[in-house]
Amino acid sequence: MNYINSDLKVVGTRPIRPDGVDKVTGRALFSADTRASGMLWGKILRSPHAHARILSIDTSKAEALKGVQAVITSADFPNIASEEAFVGEGPMNFRDLSLNIMARGKVLYEGHALAAVAATSPAIAEAALALIDVTYEVLPHVIDVDDAMKDGAPVLHDDMFTAGVNPKPTTPSNIAKVVTFKKGDIDAGFAEAEVIFEDSYTTKPVHQAYIEPHACLASYNPDGQVTIHASSQGHFMIRAYTAKLLGLDMANIRVNPAEIGGGFGGKTLIYLEPVAVALSRKSGKPVKMQMSREDVFRGSGPTSGASVTVKLGAKKDGTIVAAQQVLKFQAGAFAGSPIGPGCMCGFAMYDIPNVDVLGYDVVSNRPKVAAYRAPGAPISSFAVECAVDDLARKLGMDPLVLREKNAVVNGSKTHYGVSHTNIGYKQVLDATRAHPHWKAPLAEGHGRGLAVGFWFNIGGESSATVHINEDGTVMVATGSPDIGGSRASMGMMTAEVLGIPVSKVRTIVADTASIGFTFLTGGSRVTFATGMAVTQAAEKVVEQLKARAAQTWDIPVDAVEWQDGKAVPAGTNAGAFEPLDLAAIAAKQGRTGGPINAEVSVNAQGAGAGFGAHICDVAVDKETGKVEIVRYTAIQDVGKAIHPSYVEGQIQGGAVQGIGWALSEEYIYNDKGQMDNPGFLDYRCPVASDLPMIEAVLVEVPNPRHPFGARGVGEVPIIPPMAAISNAIKGATGLRMPDLPMSPPKVRAAIDAAG
Amino acid sequence: MTEFEVEATTFRRLILELDNRFPGLGTQVEESMAVAIDGEIYQDAYGAKLLPGSEIVLIPKIGGG
Repeated sequence: MNYINSDLKVVGTRPIRPDGVDKVTGRALFSADTRASGMLWGKILRSPHAHARILSIDTSKAEALKGVQAVITSADFPNIASEEAFVGEGPMNFRDLSLNIMARGKVLYEGHALAAVAATSPAIAEAALALIDVTYEVLPHVIDVDDAMKDGAPVLHDDMFTAGVNPKPTTPSNIAKVVTFKKGDIDAGFAEAEVIFEDSYTTKPVHQAYIEPHACLASYNPDGQVTIHASSQGHFMIRAYTAKLLGLDMANIRVNPAEIGGGFGGKTLIYLEPVAVALSRKSGKPVKMQMSREDVFRGSGPTSGASVTVKLGAKKDGTIVAAQQVLKFQAGAFAGSPIGPGCMCGFAMYDIPNVDVLGYDVVSNRPKVAAYRAPGAPISSFAVECAVDDLARKLGMDPLVLREKNAVVNGSKTHYGVSHTNIGYKQVLDATRAHPHWKAPLAEGHGRGLAVGFWFNIGGESSATVHINEDGTVMVATGSPDIGGSRASMGMMTAEVLGIPVSKVRTIVADTASIGFTFLTGGSRVTFATGMAVTQAAEKVVEQLKARAAQTWDIPVDAVEWQDGKAVPAGTNAGAFEPLDLAAIAAKQGRTGGPINAEVSVNAQGAGAGFGAHICDVAVDKETGKVEIVRYTAIQDVGKAIHPSYVEGQIQGGAVQGIGWALSEEYIYNDKGQMDNPGFLDYRCPVASDLPMIEAVLVEVPNPRHPFGARGVGEVPIIPPMAAISNAIKGATGLRMPDLPMSPPKVRAAIDAAG
Repeated sequence: MTEFEVEATTFRRLILELDNRFPGLGTQVEESMAVAIDGEIYQDAYGAKLLPGSEIVLIPKIGGG
């Protein structure tokens, strides 16, 4: 059923968030809050070197320390051969994941785990780490993506031969793969262009910077049953990866989802859980592990740093006829940067006949990158949106007019071959033009920037159950960890279908033994896919409720309707019966057939893509180089905002992360390849006092494939900010900042160089 | 570049046909690619219907953060 044109009573309102009280009073139980009687503390020994062979590891002194009950290395993990790596679900290369969690033979980045201990106190565990004797053969390292691609660069993997190149190379390389996307004839396109603009851009690696570090509590019982308490973006993912890495059956692993303090993509994989389980198996006790903030920076996956070039060709009237892009992304120590989406997203909003995109996935000696909100797209769009802005200046055109002129519409074919369908980009641009921010006068010395962004959003597998309690209240359970307000939106969609107030519905995240398989919370998929499962489950419950009423009244079931939370006779011919609400029907559930509930599992297809446009005003302090965000508006097509406050929150949060990526966040490495700023004091994320209110504008162009029209919203808003700010700085100073972050020393240096 | 014709009305049939012609190709496509049918992206969907006249495009699988 489709409720897009219905008169909605719950969906679209703003009830108080169900997790709010626990979170603001400190009662919410996050990963590190769980304890078990007799538990040990686990700690990880991390490499101080960016690149080294492990010649030997002697754990004997650590094992002899009083209080130490287990010490493990890669010897305690199955050696997963490359051929096995792609067996099973998901695109994860399990061999790389195993090596990332516990190094074997070589350490590939500062912070790379190579041993772990479990002891009766954190202090003893820490002391034990210092007693582990490792003999390293330090090797030359390489971090920067351009350096890693050069001939003669230190090679990380002897068995890495660049994929996507014909004929297949015979010399190992740091280039894991090359991807290309072509449309039309790029040379002919540039030949017919009347105005050409090109430039080069760089971005630095940034971390997802979730406030909650990774932590878990794991218990391997003598009967082989494993229990894990941990926050993550997917407890089924924890179960699957732990099973794979340790060679266990999934049925013997139960994962309980803790409240999560941010993920943003960085918690779509694991670091600690298999280690904690292995320590628990060896010691016979539950083992708790917590990363420090330093561990998070040194040992968990941030995004790629990158090097990108863009060349655009246009007619004098602003029609873009040719677009070329070369992207080089750092993958970290193992292959797998988001180079594919990076290649696809930069030009996805532009209808250009001739396009040529080339992408490189390049390994280097830093942590393996993990997903970060719209992976690949922010880097790609930083370059493209700056180039489009400069092309507009060269053409003497307004930047919004240039984007409107070349905007994709339904049916426009992208350079990766897919034609857009059911998109809301034109409506986003219209809302941008109509917004007061676009027309507001600029203060003296301030600059205004515009940038747009695109993300696919995904669907995937989700399970949900809806139970009617004996008093007529409702319990909803899903398998989706709540990182963006999904408990609220699931409860609201259920309440809408059942026709009852949302206060009568309680939603929980069920553990892996209590609900059907659910793919992880990421890709902006939960409101779409899990929402679809929940809605269908609620509809099945409505059918059962009607059947119970029919039995109670002893009339045919098609003579019963469900209206506003009650069963009513379909017409006067059906009989003069008083309506039966949920409480009345549930009270007699046993007599009418038993408990009333439904579980639905889906593999949701048809996720609606999202587009965003951001307007940013900045003031630049020419003495200090500090860039102040004076006003910020983020406009996005959200399909249907189930709970508008959460949707606004996603947009504001994504924009703020993009602002940090633009102005202040970066990994700073010393000449040994070690991170010099692994803490929030020196790795500078924006805080509330740094920024004005981010105004989020929700444009609702329904996605017809979702019962309420919802599109994913969480990832689009991180894409436009970097270019919007660079464009605004250009407006304020006349200077293009093509390298991120646009931090005060760099802005000041650019001002000085300009004289 | 190689061009050839394949008869298939579902994504699964397409994979099997690719494997018939180039052993391993179908599996590779199934593992790492999504299919867009008239602009709508299907991931991991054997039953996705390929209709005559449909625009059918293979793209890398999409994840997310």
